[in-house]
Amino acid sequence: MDTTETQDGPTPESSDGLPHTHVPQANRRWFYFLPLVVLAVLAVLFTVGLSNDPRILPSELINRPLPEFSLEALPNRGRPLTSEDVKGDVTLINIFGSWCVACLQEHPVLRAIAQEGFVKIHGVDWREKDPRNGLAWLRKHGDPYDRIGLDPDSKLAIDLGVTGAPETFVVDAGGVVRYKHIGPITPQAWAEKLKPLITDLRKGTP
Amino acid sequence: MIAELGHFCLVLALFVAITQAVVPMVGAHRGDAAWMGLARPASAVLFTLITLAFLALMHAFVVSDFSVMNVFQNSHTDKPLLYKISGVWGNHEGSLLLWILILSGFGLAVGLVGGNLPPSLRARTLSIQALIITGFLLFILFTSNPFARIPDGSLPLNGRGLNPLLQDPGLAFHPPMLYAGYVGFSMAFSFAIAALIEGRVDAAWARWVRPWTLVAWIFLTFGIALGSWWAYYELGWGGWWFWDPVENASFIPWLSGTALLHSAIVVEKRDGLKAWTILLAIITFSLSLLGTFLVRSGVITSVHAFASDPTRGLFILGLLLVTVGGSFTLFAIRAPILKGGGLFAPISREGGLLINNLLMATASATVLLGTLYPLIADSLDLGKVTVGAPFFNSVFVPLMVPTMLLMAIGPLLAWKRADLKGALSRLWVALGVSIGVFAVTFLVTGGGMARLGAAFGMGLAAWLFTGTLVELGGRVRLFRAPFAESARRLINLPRSTWGMTLAHLGVAVVAVGAVGNIAWKQEIVQSMKPGESREIAGHTFTFDGAKEIQGPNYRAIQGTMRLSRNGEDVATLFPEKRTYDSPPMPTTEAAIHTNGVSDYYAVVGDPTEDGGYVTRFYYEPVVPFLWYGALMMGLGGLASLADRRHRVGAPRLRHPKAAAKATPAPAE
Amino acid sequence: MIRRLLVPLALTCTLFWGVLASPAGAVLPDEQLNDPALEARAREISAGLRCVVCQSENIDGSNAELARDMRIRVRELLVEGKTNDEVLQYMVDRYGDYVLMTPPFKASTYLLWFGPVLILILGGIGVRSYYRGRTKSEAASGGGRGLSPEERRRLDALLVDDDTMNSDGNGDSKA
Repeated sequence: MDTTETQDGPTPESSDGLPHTHVPQANRRWFYFLPLVVLAVLAVLFTVGLSNDPRILPSELINRPLPEFSLEALPNRGRPLTSEDVKGDVTLINIFGSWCVACLQEHPVLRAIAQEGFVKIHGVDWREKDPRNGLAWLRKHGDPYDRIGLDPDSKLAIDLGVTGAPETFVVDAGGVVRYKHIGPITPQAWAEKLKPLITDLRKGTP
Repeated sequence: MIAELGHFCLVLALFVAITQAVVPMVGAHRGDAAWMGLARPASAVLFTLITLAFLALMHAFVVSDFSVMNVFQNSHTDKPLLYKISGVWGNHEGSLLLWILILSGFGLAVGLVGGNLPPSLRARTLSIQALIITGFLLFILFTSNPFARIPDGSLPLNGRGLNPLLQDPGLAFHPPMLYAGYVGFSMAFSFAIAALIEGRVDAAWARWVRPWTLVAWIFLTFGIALGSWWAYYELGWGGWWFWDPVENASFIPWLSGTALLHSAIVVEKRDGLKAWTILLAIITFSLSLLGTFLVRSGVITSVHAFASDPTRGLFILGLLLVTVGGSFTLFAIRAPILKGGGLFAPISREGGLLINNLLMATASATVLLGTLYPLIADSLDLGKVTVGAPFFNSVFVPLMVPTMLLMAIGPLLAWKRADLKGALSRLWVALGVSIGVFAVTFLVTGGGMARLGAAFGMGLAAWLFTGTLVELGGRVRLFRAPFAESARRLINLPRSTWGMTLAHLGVAVVAVGAVGNIAWKQEIVQSMKPGESREIAGHTFTFDGAKEIQGPNYRAIQGTMRLSRNGEDVATLFPEKRTYDSPPMPTTEAAIHTNGVSDYYAVVGDPTEDGGYVTRFYYEPVVPFLWYGALMMGLGGLASLADRRHRVGAPRLRHPKAAAKATPAPAE
Repeated sequence: MIRRLLVPLALTCTLFWGVLASPAGAVLPDEQLNDPALEARAREISAGLRCVVCQSENIDGSNAELARDMRIRVRELLVEGKTNDEVLQYMVDRYGDYVLMTPPFKASTYLLWFGPVLILILGGIGVRSYYRGRTKSEAASGGGRGLSPEERRRLDALLVDDDTMNSDGNGDSKA
């Protein structure tokens, strides 16, 4: 139709009437190594990425004062929990719930910490459908907490940037959040991370 | 016992694969016909062994042999047989075995139908394929043995069951489709590596590799569509694409595979773009491997990710780096000698295909970047970020607009050097239709800036649809030759032309579905008591009540919804909210009434405190167009696959009629 | 490949993280605001906020209970008279940029936002240099080695039945 060219097939070079000189491609050869370079960069990123846990979200609250709150007490168990109760000494605030499987796994460690008497642990009983479940759970598995506040509809949890239970916040004597531990506290995490941190924070405060 | 036999078959397969990877390669190097000849029988033995292993695992699932860890963790005696079978690939180990089975199946296919391949190319291709299989067999044997027994030899009474969402016919066949697509690209990869080793890429090579790429692309197209369809009806809120990392993992190779299909045409017809085509073949399979890595290593959080395991992640990463790194190195060394080929002007069919490649490759790289960015940012300590659907929409759509604009023009361009004005002048009909559709859509939907996008999208789809028909009309000389003549020409068109036309029309149809659904979808959520009714999009849903029903391995609340229009009943829908026994999980079974253009979608939820039920109704306009379009694209691929030139490539399939046709026809 | 598993996510959360989300279904009737305009804004905002428990889905479509609580908080803030941006900022203050489905445009995301354009430009440069390089040096030898007569014959046999494309001038020119 609109073309009269007859060239077709795999060996067109001879039909173009151009000389058969082979021009060196050295100046463009780097181009062929480009994929390899991209791959190398990706490989480094992946290797680093493999050791990161994408589910762990750093807290926005670190080195910021704990938001003000006032939570109702767990019925038939002690006093309520407010942001004022946390001040005066380094304390732990532990997010838990009777529905939370990982919390049960963490529980013996919390009890050991409470027995040790090294630091007060306040509990936030998060999204408990019925507060009686929380009480029954503590009766059954032991109660390491000083005060417990109820957070049935995530009011405090959202303010704290909680993404799951258990989570534990280290708050210094001035009410400033210093650390957030995500997931169950293991004996190792307690001995190597949290306990030294609390000691340091106590030294730092007058 | 049978499980151990399955395991033994895998070990044997490893040795066969190593042999097949080494001997024919050395044979091709030395020019030893006997050594090269080993590849074909070896590929058959390999396939047989892996099939036996797969059947052994399937047997363990069907008879519920819970002493096998994998069966215990993923099956249950109460499951219907279909889901016992699909449970085989509903988990990491089993799906990996399916991967390997399909890999070896493609190897076998090349061994069987590759009779016309030059012996050395065939030997090398099969050898590379066996090398990939070797890597995956090592992976499965060392980190993911599907036949592992429960350690202390105990025999649990029952298994933990398969995730109820996977207990769905749509999802039973979705993974095998998707894998066939992923894995199918291994064939293009093996051909590319073999060609690099041979140092020769020519039109014949492109013609041999194209059907394999097409097969993979067809499977991937259907696989993605099936997954999208499943998400649409199963997840209970009418969404069909989420830009989830795992969806992206299948979409990225699809985009690059689409580019490969088009660039291979230039190699075949014009002997150009060789190095680029080879690179695309390598990249496309690499992206399939990358998808596997992303899903199974846990580096990217996705709701679908198989339980993450750093060992597996490291192994896959190693496999990925060796495979891709090795092939990129080979490419860097060997590709420069592939240069040459037909010259063409920027405005030409080749030039159009090159622009297609630019846009497709950019789209693929963009989706890849968005998918990997959380990982990149985290690795570089830039903080945790989320790259969600809004990002992908805002970068992907601008790439699709020029793509669709040019898709109508490209096929009208002549090879080598084309007359752009001439091509555009043939598209005035398309322009007119497009503007008309834009205006009508804009007015009918009420105008306003918010509607502008939808109207523009519809106009663009109309442009592509009409433009594709104009091209077809030109081929058959519609209105310029007597009608009978046109009809004769239409019938005699090469099937690859039919393929292109269908696939391009399919893209336009998908665009209509996507644009229209996003723009005009409606949703209402409420609590309803029996007897109450609600209006949506000119239809009325009346809730007649709900009752408890018992399924084979679940209980359900089943609602009865009458759909009516102007007082006349259209359909009665029975949505369910199921609670499965093992594992104890709820699912939503939406009930959908479709009239072929739009869907009316009903969901029933939990009882409310006031004695009613939570109900949701969706008006899903033009959503079926997504499935029609995907079907057209897949059928287009099949039509192209059936093209004469692919069949002629394989002598054993040649019959007298085809042979007669193969003689050069006089110019028409 | 397992596809979008919204509900199992709740199960995954339970196993690994401990957030039990007894699936409630996405937006529920009791959450909705009476003011349709405000409710529409709430939906829009929710679609842009990530469910931090689930990862990879927004709170509007999530079944997780924390997502529901966040949806309710979004609505409370709107009723208080906050603007859309203020509501988003409220969540960013608590959860970081991570909570936004659309990554913010700032130094750490320049690569992401400019990436697609950069790729397209680089690709364009590649295409351009391809044409330039060809006009200078091309038509040089076509492959690593030539075809033997036998190969030549096989190839011709393969190519001879090339489809006749009368509209593009390709197929009419068989030798």
